[in-house]
Amino acid sequence: MRRRAAIALGLFMGVAVLAAAGMRASAESGTLAPQPPKGRGEHCVADTDFMRRNHMKMLLGHRSEAVRLGVRTQQYDLNGCVDCHAVAGADGRPVSFDSPQHFCRSCHTYAAVSIDCFECHASRPQAPGKAAAVQPGDKEVAAISQYLRDVGQ
Amino acid sequence: MSAESYGSHPVVDRRVLLRGAGGFLVTLLAPGVTLYAFGAAGHASEAPASSKVRWALLIDLSKCPAGCDLCVTACRDENGWQQNGRPETDPQWIRKVKLRDGRTGEYREVPVMCQHCDKPACVDVCPTGASFKRADGIVLVDKHICIGCRFCMMACPYKARSFVHQPLTDQKPWAPRGKGTVEACTFCVHRLDSARLPACVEACAVKGGGAMTFGDLNDPTSEVSKAVAKYATSQVRADLGLEPAVRYRNL
Repeated sequence: MRRRAAIALGLFMGVAVLAAAGMRASAESGTLAPQPPKGRGEHCVADTDFMRRNHMKMLLGHRSEAVRLGVRTQQYDLNGCVDCHAVAGADGRPVSFDSPQHFCRSCHTYAAVSIDCFECHASRPQAPGKAAAVQPGDKEVAAISQYLRDVGQ
Repeated sequence: MSAESYGSHPVVDRRVLLRGAGGFLVTLLAPGVTLYAFGAAGHASEAPASSKVRWALLIDLSKCPAGCDLCVTACRDENGWQQNGRPETDPQWIRKVKLRDGRTGEYREVPVMCQHCDKPACVDVCPTGASFKRADGIVLVDKHICIGCRFCMMACPYKARSFVHQPLTDQKPWAPRGKGTVEACTFCVHRLDSARLPACVEACAVKGGGAMTFGDLNDPTSEVSKAVAKYATSQVRADLGLEPAVRYRNL
C-alpha cells in the first residue's frame, strides 16, 4: 500500500514538473508550439500565417514547374528557404536536417509530419567557396581572362 | 532585341533576353565556345524551356586526348557524384569509353553521357512518367516520382543512367540526388537555365582541347549547326533510330 502511494506521488510530481515547465515555456512564447529561429532578411516571401498553411503547396507547385518546364522562379525555390532559414550550429556552420535545431525540423518533429525533401535536396546552404561553381565569380572570370591571354600570345 | 542578334553564339535563347537587367559579359573563348559570365545579378530563368530550341553537343574526338578526364571531373564536381571503387554500381553521369580497332590496335577514348535522344527509350519504358523529355530536348528524371525500378537503365543502349544505392548527404543545392532514384547527365540543366554552358563543355574549352561544341541545333547560325552541316559527324548506334543529340566527329 505504501509502495503504491509512493508511485502515485512520484507520478504526480513528475506530471507537476512537466506542467510547470510547459507553463513556463508557454508564458515565454505565448504558445506551446515550437518557436523556430527567425530567418535572415526582412521578410519571407509571404506572411507567416500564410506560409505555415501553404508552404508545402508553394513548394509542390514550384517543383513541378522547375523540373518539368524549366521555370526557375527564385521566389519559391527550396534553396531560397534553406539559405534564409539556415541555423548555425555549435561549430558556427549551418546545421543539416539531421540536427533538431534545423528550421524545417523544429516544426516538423513537433507536428509529427515526416518529410523526405532532404533525402535528395541540400538541407543547408553551400559553403561560400564551393558555391562559386554555380555562380560564376572572380575565379571563373580570372580563368577566362587567363585563357584569353594565353590564346593572344 | 531578337534571338537573331545573338545568332552566332551557341548558348542563347529567348530566355536570356528576358533577363536584360542582369547585365552579362560575353566572352568568346574558342571557335564554337562562348561563355556567359554573369555578374552577381545573374538570375535563373522564369520563362519555360522552349521547343524552338534543341540542345545538342558535338564532340570532336581528334581534339580529345586519351587519358584526359577533365570533362568527367568537371561533371563530378559540378553535380556532386563520386565513385566508390564499385564500377558495377557507381554513378557515372559521364565516362570515357575506350574503342579499339581489333586489326590495327588503334584506339580512341570517347566521352559518353546521356545522349538526350529525340525518341528516348528510357521515356518509353518508364512506368510512372518520371523519365521525361523537356521541351528543349533535354531528357531528365523527375526524381520526385521516380520509384527506382530501373527499367530505363535497362532500356538505354548507351548505359547512360545509374542508380543511387546509398543514402547521400550534402548534395549540391543545384543538383539534388538521392537514394532509390535513377540519375544521368542533365546537360547541366541548371546552368543552361541561367545561360551558362554545361560544366564538361566549359572545362574542355578552358583547360582541355576544346573538343566539345554545345548549342542549339534548331538555330542554323549556331556553331554546332554549322559544324554538323559542314563536317561528317556520327551518332552512336544511329541504327536504333533514337536520334541522339550528342554527335561525334572522327569517331
